[in-house]
Amino acid sequence: MTSLAGPDTAGSPSTTRAVRTDPMLPREFVVTRTRQDTRDTYTLELKAADGAPLRFAAGQFTMLQAFGVGEAPISISGDPACPDLLEHTIRNVGSVTSALATAPPGTVLGVRGPFGTGWEVQDGKGGDVVFVAGGIGLAPLRPAILELVAQRAEYGRVVLLYGARTPEDILFGDDLHDWARKHGIVVEVTVDNGQHAWRGRVGLVTQLVSRAGFDPSNTLAMVCGPEVMMRFAATALADRGVRPERLRLSMERNMKCGVGLCGHCQLRELFLCVDGPVLSYDRLAPLMARTEL
Amino acid sequence: MQTIEQYLPQHPFFGGLDASTIELLAGCAVNVHFHPQDYLFHESGPADTFYVVRRGRVSLEVSSPAGPRVVDVAQEDDVVGWSWLVPPYRWMFDAKATSEVSAVAFDATCLRAKSEADPAVGYALLQRVAQVMLHRLQSARIRLMDVYGGNDD
Repeated sequence: MTSLAGPDTAGSPSTTRAVRTDPMLPREFVVTRTRQDTRDTYTLELKAADGAPLRFAAGQFTMLQAFGVGEAPISISGDPACPDLLEHTIRNVGSVTSALATAPPGTVLGVRGPFGTGWEVQDGKGGDVVFVAGGIGLAPLRPAILELVAQRAEYGRVVLLYGARTPEDILFGDDLHDWARKHGIVVEVTVDNGQHAWRGRVGLVTQLVSRAGFDPSNTLAMVCGPEVMMRFAATALADRGVRPERLRLSMERNMKCGVGLCGHCQLRELFLCVDGPVLSYDRLAPLMARTEL
Repeated sequence: MQTIEQYLPQHPFFGGLDASTIELLAGCAVNVHFHPQDYLFHESGPADTFYVVRRGRVSLEVSSPAGPRVVDVAQEDDVVGWSWLVPPYRWMFDAKATSEVSAVAFDATCLRAKSEADPAVGYALLQRVAQVMLHRLQSARIRLMDVYGGNDD
């Protein structure tokens, strides 16, 4: 997999020069809308203070900075066809993500990137495509799904298998409905913990893989979620016959610099911020089951 | 709708069984139908039936002071129940139809008797039930890790 676009180079001359020469320098973005998706997850819509678009590939991430608090790697969850609007879906799990997730409209945040490799969903044209998402892992897959539905006729059967903790933790409910109803995507949702009002599936998302209808010999599969879940999902997909080089996972470790220098995100020979986050299973399989890597 | 003898050989659970074994097992089976909210069985009741869901959804539930909690959901082509195979032959959960459900119901006493009489049939059944149990145990173990809610995100 090749590394995709680096930091955006459009914009005013002074900003452009800084972004081009120093990927460590954040651009200023203004929060235009904050939406609470679930109990602990929020989606921010941001616009560049200088008005220049931030072009990105589905699957890439930015380093998002709450000034005075800290910086965190956050996958882009918006539409790659709309580079004027940057969307990030953030789970509030600590001080930095709390400051980011709850930033009210008008807040200025710092953005570095986009960084890393993308899903390259267009590789699935002419065949079937399977998305497997767990928890907030649906957010990094959303841009790939939006890219796919924009050219839906180019793809065969498309299946989205999504697992969440509880029905209340299901992300992008309106999108799920639209993708199924308007774009013919087979959407299967399962939860770990179903309350009595829930009428859908209960169980692990990997259980859905064995019964999903797709042609494994001609399928591009994309998996995103907690690493344990991805490992089991990848095994289930490989057992169905999906070729390891056609099976892609998003590995999100402790990215810091975003440009392959600091080594915080190193996974043996890989620097996940530049070699990843999206990598094919043939490269990841030998590394994923190793402890302390 | 296909007859039981036509349906069973196509079902993954019965895959690899020869025609005479399928016929033997089919002799213990009847087609059944449940309406939404009907119970297939109740917790602590005698585990005297083994179900293969042909159509619809069945939720496995456990009652709690806050109301029923769904622990698993079976749907088309899933099998429901393994307590019929192991003493004391008592159901651990409630099984409730959440839609119109068509199923093949096997008489557990009949299955156990045929397994005792022909250990090869018993072993074949045990292998298949063990496979279902293994998958559900693995799934339950991973769910126990609460991967979506933990710090692994």
